Amino acid sequence: MPSTNKHILSPNKWVELHADYLYNYTIGRVNNQDLAKDLVQDTFFAALKAKDNFQGKASERTWLISILKRKIIDHYRKINSAKGKAEVKMNFYMDGDREGEWIEERVPSSWDNEIEKDINNTELNDALEKCIGALPEKYEMVFRMKTIQQFETEEICKELEITSSNLWVIIHRARTQLRKCMEESWFKN
Amino acid sequence: MKLSCDEATKICDKNQYGEASLWDKIKLSFHLFLCKKCGMYSKQNTILTKCYNNHKDKEGRTEHCLSEIDKKHIEQEVKARI
Repeated sequence: MPSTNKHILSPNKWVELHADYLYNYTIGRVNNQDLAKDLVQDTFFAALKAKDNFQGKASERTWLISILKRKIIDHYRKINSAKGKAEVKMNFYMDGDREGEWIEERVPSSWDNEIEKDINNTELNDALEKCIGALPEKYEMVFRMKTIQQFETEEICKELEITSSNLWVIIHRARTQLRKCMEESWFKN
Repeated sequence: MKLSCDEATKICDKNQYGEASLWDKIKLSFHLFLCKKCGMYSKQNTILTKCYNNHKDKEGRTEHCLSEIDKKHIEQEVKARI
């Protein structure tokens, strides 16, 4: 007998049933409470507009997540365009004849050898969080997804519609900038 | 075979996630043998990865929820559009 079990939408219950799930999903990617809240709300609005297109093949939550994913990509594109380019990015390597060599004043300084013992310090986590928060938004988003949330490279590339070489350039820039920030705020002798 | 410092540290970063290829790792070792600046970067990168992993363990346990006020607000907005 063919299955006739189609999923149906219950917009009246969306917030109760799915808001926390969508919010937690979003925070793992954008790490900004207000922005995450807006993206969840926009997802519900877009879902209401598109509800006639829902065919009932996927569950209500899966369908809502697919809309949220589009919202997250749209946000990523926005920070990757005009706004992202306006953010100050620090250069660490030279251009021109000596392209790719360290800029002398940005060369890593030596750290205290005893520093590793302090790694479990909660203040270190605070310093780290501050440095991650100071990254350009695009770097922060990709760095958090890869390093803190530990998503697979392929998954991030798919979600943000970027290439893996693009991802590694972003991770490299983020980590170089973070190293410098942590050196200044925590590790310097 | 020859890498710039920018390329070498990029491979070094990729390697922190276990995703550098064997050939990349060979080129990186060769570069690190000759370049003290990148050697320092590489050593510190290992320490930083431990810090990031610690941070990840702490963050990973946190389940994020909307406040009741926010939920109510969103609910009102959604229901007004139904």
